[in-house]
Amino acid sequence: MIILDNVHYSYDGIYTALRGVSLQIDAGELVAIMGNNGAGKTTLIKHFNGLLRPQKGHVFIKGQDTAKMSVAEISRIVGLVFQNPDHQLFLESCRKEVEFSLKSLGYPSNEITERCNTTLERLGLADLAERSPFTLSGGERKRVALASVLATGPQVLALDEPTIGQDARQKERLAEMLFEMNREGRTVIVVTHDIEFVINYFPRTIAMSDGRIIADGPTTSVLSNDDVIQKCSLTYPQMTQAVRALSEMFDGVSVRQTSVNDIVETIIKIVGGR
Amino acid sequence: MGLIRFDNFSFKYYGTEKLALNKVSLTIDRGEYVVITGPSGCGKTTLCRAINALIPQFHRGYIGGHVYVNGMDTREHGVSDFASLVGMVFQNPENQLVTLNVEKELAFGPENLGVEPVEIRRRIEEIIDLLDLKSLREKHPHEMSGGEQQRVAMAAALSLKPEILVADEPTSNLDPQSAEKILEIIAYLNKEKGMTVVLVEHRLDLVAKDATRVILMDKGQIVVDGPPREVLVKDICHEIGVGVPKAVEVYRELIERGIRLPGVPLTGQELATLVQEVAE
Ligand SMILES: Nc1ncnc2c1ncn2[C@@H]1O[C@H](COP(=O)(O)OP(=O)(O)OP(=O)(O)O)[C@@H](O)[C@H]1O
Ligand SMILES: Nc1ncnc2c1ncn2[C@@H]1O[C@H](COP(=O)(O)OP(=O)(O)O)[C@@H](O)[C@H]1O
Ligand SMILES: [Mg+2]
Ligand SMILES: [Mg+2]
Repeated sequence: MIILDNVHYSYDGIYTALRGVSLQIDAGELVAIMGNNGAGKTTLIKHFNGLLRPQKGHVFIKGQDTAKMSVAEISRIVGLVFQNPDHQLFLESCRKEVEFSLKSLGYPSNEITERCNTTLERLGLADLAERSPFTLSGGERKRVALASVLATGPQVLALDEPTIGQDARQKERLAEMLFEMNREGRTVIVVTHDIEFVINYFPRTIAMSDGRIIADGPTTSVLSNDDVIQKCSLTYPQMTQAVRALSEMFDGVSVRQTSVNDIVETIIKIVGGR
Repeated sequence: MGLIRFDNFSFKYYGTEKLALNKVSLTIDRGEYVVITGPSGCGKTTLCRAINALIPQFHRGYIGGHVYVNGMDTREHGVSDFASLVGMVFQNPENQLVTLNVEKELAFGPENLGVEPVEIRRRIEEIIDLLDLKSLREKHPHEMSGGEQQRVAMAAALSLKPEILVADEPTSNLDPQSAEKILEIIAYLNKEKGMTVVLVEHRLDLVAKDATRVILMDKGQIVVDGPPREVLVKDICHEIGVGVPKAVEVYRELIERGIRLPGVPLTGQELATLVQEVAE
C-alpha cells in the first residue's frame, strides 16, 4: 500500500529530519509509529499523503510514485489528521467541517448528511455539531479533526497523535472505531507516545529516532527491547514495571505479562501461597 | 484565606447555552500540588483561565460568584495584575509562543514584568539548561515539532518564576521520558521552592504520585476532591470515564478477590512493594 524507499527530508538544508527511511506498509495493516520528540514522525507521515515530498528517495502509494501525483489525488487514498487540529480546522461549524471533506471527495449529498451524523455521534460530538470548532475544548477540537477525516473512510488513515487531550473513555471509543475501519480492510497508521494504547491495540510498531527507523516488527518484541525504549525516550507501562519489580522479589514471576488481570492472578498466587 | 479561592463561581461562554463552570467553590493553599482531571470538555481549561483572570477579563460571558487569587478579585483586576503571580502553560503550546525564537520567548515574560536584564540572561541560561533546550535555542516556534514547542512553552512559564504554576495538559505532546523529566522539575519546584501547582492531566499514572490533591471534574462541577489515594479508588472515576493508574485497578481488583493491600499503590514499584509486605 505504502512503500518508502530511502527517503530523506530536511526543512532548512542544515538539519536533516529524515535520513534514509525505508518501509513497507501493506493494505489492511494496523501500525503504530513511536519515537522521541523530534525523531521525525510527523515529517514521515506527512510524506504519506504528499504534503511533504522526499528530497531524496521515493514514496509509492498503491504502486505509484507520489512524485507524479497531486496532493488531491493522494488524499483520495490517504486521509491525514494533523498533530495540531488548528492546522486543519477552518470552517464555522463542526458539521460544515466534516461535510466539507466529504464534499471534496465527491460524496452524494444524502450520504454526506448520514456519514457526518454517524461520525459526529460516534466521536461524542453530536451535541457540538453546530458549534464553531474554535470555541471548543482542546480534546473536542482534536475529535472534530479526526471526524472530518474518519467520516470519509479513506483506504489509508494516518493519524498524528490522535489520543492527545482525550480521556480514557474517548480513547477507547476511538480505538473501537479504528478497529472497525481496519476490519473493513482499511490501513490504519497512528503516531503516538502512548505505549499502553499501542500495546493494547497495535500488532506492529515502527520505532524512530533521529530521523531513522531503529526497529520495525511485532509490537511485543519492538517494545520489549531496552535499547528501543531508551532511544525512543519511552518508559515501560506501569504493569511492566510492576512485574519487573515483582520478579526480583519472588521466584517464578514471568515478566512478559502486561494486563491487569494477569498481574492480579500472579499476585494472588504470591500472597495465597505464603 | 487560601492563595486561590473560587467562591460559588460560574461561567458561561458568550454564545453558548451551557455553563462551562457551574457553582465551583474551591480553596487552594500555598504550596499545594493540585491535579485537575475529568472528561474532555468538562471545564478544566475554563478553570485554569479563571485563575489567571483570562476569565472574565478576556473571555466574555455570563459570570456568577468570584475568584480571588492572593486576595485579588479577578473581576476587579486586569490580567497584568496576575502576570507575576501566575505562570500559565496553555493547552495548545503554539498559541502561547509569540516571539521569533526560544531565547526571546524566555525573555518575553520577565521583560514585561520589568526584571533586570542581567537577571533575565541568568534565568534564560538556567532554564535552557534545566529543560535541555540548547539545540532549540535559535529556532522559530513554527520550526519545532509539537513536543519541542511544548517544552518551550513550559520553559517560558517557568522563566517568570511564578508563585503559582497553572499548567493545562503540559505533557500531552511529550515523549514519556521528557514528560517525566518535566514533571520531576515541577515536583521539585513545588517541594523545594514552595511553588503552588495546578496541573490538568488525563494520564494520572504520570502525576498522581506528585500530587497532594486530585480534583475530579464533570460537567462544569467538582465531583470529588481529596488526596490521590482516596480519590482514585472511587467508583466514580470509572463512571465518568477517567483513567486511573493501572496499579490502582489492580488494587481494586484484588479487593474483589478478597485481598486488601495495606495501601493504595500509584506506581508499579509501589504495587510490588505492597505485595511484598503482605507476602512476608
Ligand atoms: N517546519 C519546520 N521547519 C524546520 N524544522 C522543523 C519543522 N518541523 C519540524 N522540524 C524539525 O524536524 C525534526 C523532526 O520534526 P517532527 O515534527 O517530524 O518530529 P516528531 O517526531 O513528530 O516530534 P514530536 O513527537 O515532538 O511531534 C525536529 O528536529 C524539528 O525541530
Ligand atoms: N472559547 C470558548 N467559547 C465557547 N465555549 C467554550 C470555549 N472554550 C471552551 N468552551 C466550552 O466550555 C466547555 C468546557 O471547556 P474546557 O474548559 O475547554 O474543557 P476541558 O479543558 O475540560 O476539556 C466545553 O463545552 C467547551 O466546548
Ligand atoms: Mg510530531
Ligand atoms: Mg482543556
